[in-house]
Amino acid sequence: MTDPAASSFSTPEALKRLKRRRAADVRFRYYGLGAIFLALSALVLLVLSIGSQAVSAATYHVVRYDITLDPAVITPPGETTPEDIARNVDGFWELARDNLLETFPEANRDRASRIEVSEFITRLAVLPTARKVAARPEMVGNPITLTAPLNDDLDLYLKGQALPERRLRTGTITAVTAQEDGFALLEGQGAFTPILTALTTLQAEGVSMDEGSILITAGGATGRLHGIQAGTARLELLTGTLDAFRNSTAAARLIALPEAQRVVSDQQIAWTFALKEMGRISRVPRWTLLTNSDSTYPELAGGLAALVGSLFTMLVTALVAIPIGILAAVYLEEFAPKNRLTDFIEVNINNLAAVPSIVFGLLGAAVYINFLGMPRSAPLVGGLVLALMTFPVVIIASRAALKAVPPSVRSGALAIGASQMQTVFHHVVPLAAPGILTGAILGMARALGETAPLLLIGMVAFVGDVPTSPTDESTVMPVLIFTWANNAERAWEPMTSAMIVVLLAVLLLMNGLVVFLRRKYERRW
Amino acid sequence: MLQQLGHLPMGWLLIALIAVFASVAFFVGRIGAERILLSGAPALHSRPNYHGYFVAMWAIIPAVLVALVYAIGAEPFARGQLTSELPPAFDLLSAPELQTYLDSVSLAARSSDYAGTDLVFTAVTNRYLEIIGGLNIGALALMGVGAVLGLLFARRRLAASFRARSLVERGMEGVLFLCAVVAIATTAGIVISLLYESIQFFSVIPIWEFLFGTRWNAQTEAEFGALPLFFGTFMIALIAMFVAAPIGLFSAIYLSEYAGPKARAWIKPILEILAGIPTVVYGFFALLVVAPAVRSLALWINETLINIGLASEPLLAAQPTSALAAGLVMGIMVIPFVSSLSDDVINAVPQTLRDGAYALGATKSETVRNVVVPAALPGIIAALLLAVSRAIGETMIVVMAAGKSARISMDPTSDLTTITVQIVSLMTGETGFDDPKTLSAFALGLVLFAVTLLFNVIALRVVQKYREKYD
Repeated sequence: MTDPAASSFSTPEALKRLKRRRAADVRFRYYGLGAIFLALSALVLLVLSIGSQAVSAATYHVVRYDITLDPAVITPPGETTPEDIARNVDGFWELARDNLLETFPEANRDRASRIEVSEFITRLAVLPTARKVAARPEMVGNPITLTAPLNDDLDLYLKGQALPERRLRTGTITAVTAQEDGFALLEGQGAFTPILTALTTLQAEGVSMDEGSILITAGGATGRLHGIQAGTARLELLTGTLDAFRNSTAAARLIALPEAQRVVSDQQIAWTFALKEMGRISRVPRWTLLTNSDSTYPELAGGLAALVGSLFTMLVTALVAIPIGILAAVYLEEFAPKNRLTDFIEVNINNLAAVPSIVFGLLGAAVYINFLGMPRSAPLVGGLVLALMTFPVVIIASRAALKAVPPSVRSGALAIGASQMQTVFHHVVPLAAPGILTGAILGMARALGETAPLLLIGMVAFVGDVPTSPTDESTVMPVLIFTWANNAERAWEPMTSAMIVVLLAVLLLMNGLVVFLRRKYERRW
Repeated sequence: MLQQLGHLPMGWLLIALIAVFASVAFFVGRIGAERILLSGAPALHSRPNYHGYFVAMWAIIPAVLVALVYAIGAEPFARGQLTSELPPAFDLLSAPELQTYLDSVSLAARSSDYAGTDLVFTAVTNRYLEIIGGLNIGALALMGVGAVLGLLFARRRLAASFRARSLVERGMEGVLFLCAVVAIATTAGIVISLLYESIQFFSVIPIWEFLFGTRWNAQTEAEFGALPLFFGTFMIALIAMFVAAPIGLFSAIYLSEYAGPKARAWIKPILEILAGIPTVVYGFFALLVVAPAVRSLALWINETLINIGLASEPLLAAQPTSALAAGLVMGIMVIPFVSSLSDDVINAVPQTLRDGAYALGATKSETVRNVVVPAALPGIIAALLLAVSRAIGETMIVVMAAGKSARISMDPTSDLTTITVQIVSLMTGETGFDDPKTLSAFALGLVLFAVTLLFNVIALRVVQKYREKYD
């Protein structure tokens, strides 16, 4: 034996090499960890970015209007039946708008202001109230409270997502004097120094306030500031009374974006604050996301029609894909002779599971719609297309489950005189049922999230009504998400995220069910 | 009268009738068998239920056949009949126009309140409903007759020694076989419909012009050179693989060689969540987060390059939707396809190979790099091929985040279009089936199908060959 210390593995070069090799070893391990970290952080980023948007869409602002159901407007001569009332959206809307005009007399000064105030409430937003009144026509003539969603842009503004703005408080304003040119002079020792400081900071950050607005609010009154100095400023009152500013500190908002480039005007912001001060605006959960159907107005849109459409589509898919998939799996696993034909079937199944989903859409368009003349946009066709995509998945899962049933079960059944068919359907299939079921649920979950093939068979059309049968025009949840994501208005972004959360929740539920079934019924033979 | 019959909800009616026939026939058969027993026969060969199934089988086979023929043939037949009866003025319509007209007729017929101002249209729709009504009543009558005849025929065969069970089981096996054949039928349906429409397309546009032309302008100019689409598809798939291959592979190596069973039990399902997220969600993520980030990064690079004097004008296109954004997100999506399969094949490498390497003094990473990965290489390549095939066929991410301009550009921040994007935009328009625009979508689909099939077949072959080696 040679002395280990003298071996070529302990020379300084070798030790150095060993150190390098060990370092490489550690590095390699970290590459692996890093890869997993990257993948997981992508998932976290996706969930967080969509989740945070969805949270903001989970609630929205509604405005209360205390109106009297004037018969002259609600039931004009000749339109007095309940159906007429339900259809008289314009009448209800006018009452709500007039209520705003009463609240804000300054809105009456010109046409532009009247349009601005009328943007607070969408015409269709009064529809639920109109239907309620139509159901009880005796309410006409009485005062009621109408609650309707706030315009989506103002809703986003109140949530702080529409405009970047800087908020601060002024010092105490001691004197307010109305001037002849319509402006008012505000005075107070150093009252406006905070604003001047903020303006300097903004300028240093490269943000130009030249065309922006400085709004101050006290009580229910809001105005725009001009000519700001440390102790004085000129106020252009937008709503409310000047008195509100006297002996108070006002909340100031610095909005850099010029008014012409915004979706909400200073005047509308002022009215919104006034309504809020009156307690007429409240933030409530957006249940309409699940109870309304699609709309061109984000504040009214919901996913009910798409949910029902998805339900019908999945029903068709399940009714076609699951039985065919299970029976085909039973045949291939239990009955098929080993020959060229069954080999060919197996190759086909494996390939079908990997064919891009959009190709199934082309197949559906060519065969179901063009050749068989089935209706476009119908859950029936969508379900059949998805069934073709899903049944290979069901077959593969069912075969695995059937394979897992030990041969002793078959032998036992055959030994007591059961025919092969009886063996399979009385013993093997029931034992494989949990596995088959989980495979079927996973296949359905995949089908539920599928979008591309459904676009090709016309399920992308706008659908405002809840479908009542599988042949009605309809859309499904993923396609609704796609449609909403393509809409330009900012308010659609959180709505889309919220709809995604609904879809993911359903998928999570299905996968949770799979895990539960596996835990409960999984059996090791 | 016939016209009213045209409104029958035939789908529900056919299904309900088949169910009724089946249950009635079942009881007829079962009671028949019990009668034989009561009449003093020693014993039945098959239990009474099987006699019931047998009769039911015979009753519904003709009914189902009639229903299938009706479902497939009724609409085309009605349209053919209607077209032959249309007044000569309709000859002026081109085939697609006629198709659209017939579409609107059948749509109006379904909605039942079509009586508008257009008298001709109303008359045509009425006639269409009459034809459909005739077919409906004919189908229902035929079904009834067929079911009754089948029932009577089967009922007469019942006897004590009758082997009802064997026959029912043979019939059942036939049904099972038919279900398995659906797989072949689907593939055949895909191939035939793609080929049929593509051949029509290639009779208008030469195939070489389609495959090698560099100008794609299907929507406006009828230019069908698909090379830019192939390029865009390839480019985005390449970007995706740049993300997915290293991340997926290293994840698989870490999971199979380093991670303990507990970490593995957690990380593997979480990675697989990535494969379960609907692609439309990835598309929205790309649109919402990744595309703006890519854009601002590109703008920053442009600015920096100009500032330090390396470029005199913006180098990158920095468009709001870009190949890079779509590719990155697609890469995230296909990570689990790479990692799952690689994990499997790495686990399948026999432990003896590792032990041999350790015995020679290799460190763990050297073992992985020089022994395990080479041994698993065919499987890893198969995993990568399957991931590429996923990336090529993926639709929603590129539709939402990759853009629509068909161009050949090496700049990853410019918007490129892909085969799938163009299929969607061609097929969601309001064009008939004879329009080259629609047909070109099928030609693109054929290319897509062929390429992904090739990748899959190669991948599956490689995996099979590899498995045989170690089993």
